[in-house]
Amino acid sequence: MVLNNIEDLLEKYENGETTLKEEQQLKHYFSQETLEPHLEMYKPMFTYFLGNQQEQFTKDLPLKTTRTFNYKWISVAAVAVLMLGFYLKEPIVASYEEYAYGTFNKPEKALDEVTKSLAMISSHFNKGTSTVNYLSEVKKGTATLDYLNEIENTTSIIFKN
Amino acid sequence: MTQVEFLNIVMPFKDKVFRLAKRLLVSTEEAEDATQEVLLKLWNNKKKMHEYKNVEAFSMTMTKNFCFDKLKSKQAQNLKIVHSNYEDGNTPLQKQVELNDSVDWVSKIIEELPEQQRMIIQLRDIEEYDFDEIAKMLDMNNTAVRVNLSRARKTIREKLTNTHNYGIK
Repeated sequence: MVLNNIEDLLEKYENGETTLKEEQQLKHYFSQETLEPHLEMYKPMFTYFLGNQQEQFTKDLPLKTTRTFNYKWISVAAVAVLMLGFYLKEPIVASYEEYAYGTFNKPEKALDEVTKSLAMISSHFNKGTSTVNYLSEVKKGTATLDYLNEIENTTSIIFKN
Repeated sequence: MTQVEFLNIVMPFKDKVFRLAKRLLVSTEEAEDATQEVLLKLWNNKKKMHEYKNVEAFSMTMTKNFCFDKLKSKQAQNLKIVHSNYEDGNTPLQKQVELNDSVDWVSKIIEELPEQQRMIIQLRDIEEYDFDEIAKMLDMNNTAVRVNLSRARKTIREKLTNTHNYGIK
């Protein structure tokens, strides 16, 4: 390459008028081993530019695929739970009637049962009250204490005198 | 959109995003974090992805804004000094890239440029975008990009000439 040409290019380069292609030419020219002494000083600049093109980004990118949560699945789940709830409720209702042996279909029978159980309750109740009868003995005891009043009468007569 | 589709879209320019972030934030770790953040934002908005005309340009703009926010919050916290003596984590690559100290010098010169010019140098001289694309990414007009680019290139050349002539390294 003609030296004049390079010098022209350098001037254009400094004025920011070179095209990318011309700049490539310059870079290519200055990548040579031997240069004209007065152009030597440009060499580090162009080598720096060329060298810097090779620097790479080596850190890896943690790309997270953000799983966007779809809210319509919540409603699907809710419906499923609801259906399951209804399904499980049915057998409980059926078995409730089995367990409900305390009810009667005929009123007469119900009356019978009620009187029977009330009689049972009253008999047990009477048993309980009979044990309380001992309390009348206590009353007898207190009645004898009434004699003390007689003593009081006599003492009052004595103190009068 | 599956992960594979997303990666196919993102793969071609993820390094460019990273390099732009590094150009602005300087430290490799922070640039990695920023890149990750930007790409994850894209991934989270993947449903809107087809609306963007140019995903690559869009991501570059996102990166620029994200890094500016970072820098701003750092200034607010007064942590500016943190990266004044940073250690580059990518030394093996850097070593392989560096021919001599002056290449390292170039990166220091670029670091000293204003953010706007740094980004333009990055996008033009390293990523080789054309002016229209850069203008769109940075939300500037075409001539402003050229002017800034020219200024940046001149500054780099001047400083390089100085070091070359006086051997200051």
